[in-house]
Amino acid sequence: MTPPPAQSATLGANGMPVPSEEPRRPPVLSVGLLGWLRANLFSSWLNTAVTLVLAYFVISWALGLISWGVINAVWDVPGTGAQVDTSACRAIRGEGACWALIGEKYRFILFGLYPFDEQWRPALVVVIFVALYVVSAMRRFWNRWLGLVWIAALTVIGVLMWGGVFGLRFVEQERWGGLPITLILSTFGIAFAFPLSILVALGRRQTSMPAVKALCVVYIELIRGVPLISLLFMASVMFPLFLPEGMNIDKLLRAQVAIILFAAAYLAEVVRGGLQALPRGQYEAADALGLSYWQKTGFIVLPQALRLVIPPLVNTFIGMFKDTSLVLIIGIFDLLNTAKTSIIEPAWQGFGIEAYLFVSAIYFVFCFAMSKYSQDLEAEFNRHRRR
Amino acid sequence: MPQDAIADPRYARAAPRRGVRLSWRDPTVRSIVWQIVIIGLVGFVVWWLVSNTMRNLEVRRIATGFGFLNREAGLPIAEAMIPYTPADTYARALLVGILNTLRVAVIGIVLSTILGTVIGIARLSQNWLLAKLAAIYVELLRDLPLLLQLLFWYALMQGLPGPRQAVNPFGSVFLSNRGIKFPWIAWEPAHTAALVALVAGTAALVLLARRFTARQMATGVRPKLWPWALALLLGLPAAVWAAMGAPFAIDAPVLRGFNFQGGATITPEFAALLLGLVLYTAAFIAEIVRAGILAVHTGQWEAAGALGLSRGEQLRLIILPQALRVIIPPMTSQYLNITKNSSLAVAIGYQDIVSIANTTLNQTGQAIEGIAIIMAVYLTISLSISLFMNWYNARIALKER
Repeated sequence: MTPPPAQSATLGANGMPVPSEEPRRPPVLSVGLLGWLRANLFSSWLNTAVTLVLAYFVISWALGLISWGVINAVWDVPGTGAQVDTSACRAIRGEGACWALIGEKYRFILFGLYPFDEQWRPALVVVIFVALYVVSAMRRFWNRWLGLVWIAALTVIGVLMWGGVFGLRFVEQERWGGLPITLILSTFGIAFAFPLSILVALGRRQTSMPAVKALCVVYIELIRGVPLISLLFMASVMFPLFLPEGMNIDKLLRAQVAIILFAAAYLAEVVRGGLQALPRGQYEAADALGLSYWQKTGFIVLPQALRLVIPPLVNTFIGMFKDTSLVLIIGIFDLLNTAKTSIIEPAWQGFGIEAYLFVSAIYFVFCFAMSKYSQDLEAEFNRHRRR
Repeated sequence: MPQDAIADPRYARAAPRRGVRLSWRDPTVRSIVWQIVIIGLVGFVVWWLVSNTMRNLEVRRIATGFGFLNREAGLPIAEAMIPYTPADTYARALLVGILNTLRVAVIGIVLSTILGTVIGIARLSQNWLLAKLAAIYVELLRDLPLLLQLLFWYALMQGLPGPRQAVNPFGSVFLSNRGIKFPWIAWEPAHTAALVALVAGTAALVLLARRFTARQMATGVRPKLWPWALALLLGLPAAVWAAMGAPFAIDAPVLRGFNFQGGATITPEFAALLLGLVLYTAAFIAEIVRAGILAVHTGQWEAAGALGLSRGEQLRLIILPQALRVIIPPMTSQYLNITKNSSLAVAIGYQDIVSIANTTLNQTGQAIEGIAIIMAVYLTISLSISLFMNWYNARIALKER
């Protein structure tokens, strides 16, 4: 037996000799703050250059924004109403924001021309809407009672807005405005457009009923081919011609109908995506069980198909929420229109940026919450696909 | 199936005919009845609305028909791509509106595709700061109504100082509340001819590239394309331009009195509309591009690398063709959205088709015709974009055998 060669200690695992003349340098730090910075911001000279340029812009913009919005801003001006003196704001225009506008006008922007003493009512309506959204977003409450909660909440909202009962003063619809209008248009829009869209989507898949299918296809493609504005114009100038003489529907309701018809066509395409994504076997199994069409649809198809498309549905809801702002063009006082109107007085003219930033913040809170919710839901539904 | 089985007379026999039983349990009868009921209901509602409309039009003595198109419009239009005066007809005014819509839509589609792609790729960047900024951009712009953004940009444009105190960022570019003024070539017929030559050269180059590809398929050798490209894209237009006398003069804006003279102008309305549309849509396109690139499996990058392709070739030959299949359908709907969203121009006073048709229907009182024109225009544009993108989608689709 020969002893193993003495040099075997300096051979690597693959039998190659390991160079041992120079001590190896320690590996580049890859953990901790320094490691993170190196990996994510300064990994190459190009990356470093990009980081430095961007950092310069971000810092200079942030400083400019702080000096405009905080340091140089005017928070309060003397006088109120028609006697307001905005010369302080005018003097600093371009260098500082005029937040005094928001302090003076926030009630008007939020609630429009609703009687000032009664504005707790639209404020409560906004709270109820938000509570309704939060409850609807929690999966724990996804059962048959949710429908009743919606009906009850919408009734309470109607009572609060109109009044005339329970000792509440009657407020005609022309005086409503601001955030409640935006929430009403989008919420009622969803509440009516969603069921309609399911019917239309089901209709579009009826191969055995060509006439119904053709009707649904024409409806969807026609509505999706034209801008919402043309439908709103139709609702505001053409709709009165459609009705028999003497019959009149107020403008808000007409705009609401246009929004429902518009949203239903888009939602129908989303629902159709879910219906198509459902494996054929589910339809065939339901048929094999001898279920009727509506039993099959209600118990087997829709619960699975709608689940598949919840994220795109929420995205469509976000789109609808933003699109309600278009009613401004036909002269309905939603949140955006009250903001636009708040700067119409000569004293406040030219401070549009401040008013629009204020309503931007409100729109952003609602849309961002919905969008985050949709992303979380999507991640949760796709959890089983992750590895 | 064996040959003799087909000869079997039992296969030649037709399936037994089933007559229609007049029973509610027969699905055929049921579907016919339901269709008659639904079509009847819809037909009744339509008939009711149409008859009401007819009566209302009669009572209010509103004229019908498109006769008004030939009357003098008398409505001023601030920016028109074709010669137009208020003395022209409504038909021409509407044509100006359609061209204005198409102008903002086409420029918007091109710019937002570029910006959206850049931001979408930036969001996937390894640079943390760049990726975060892109993410913030997307979240912020997506979650604000487009109309709000348009009003914001328009308010910003109107907040600029007047022409005499115009902001002058560089050279002879001036920003004021009258719009953006910048120097432009004094346009001559020679420039138009050079532009036509460029288009012809591009078309010739495309044909040539196809022939070269065919030759590569046949012989395995690809002829050099770039000298041809240089000659056709640069040489040909330059030659045409030089042959026509090579006119070249810069027309720079100069402040005279209360306003600028000369130069080219982008009006505040157009600038605000384009800025709003591009920034808003780019946020959506960025998400589509990002999702498209993420949808391509990492193994494809690795396999392309294993074949010895460079990073650029991997992206161009392997990743992008696959990502495009995911990207094209949602991109189509974004292009349609830009076109439809350009109708918001009416809120900031850019005179697109909606704005001009709206003025027309207010002046003539013919609401039905006005709205029908708006809808017909948008349906035509939408269907054209859909057809083109469907054709393109079918072209790049996976060829399955």
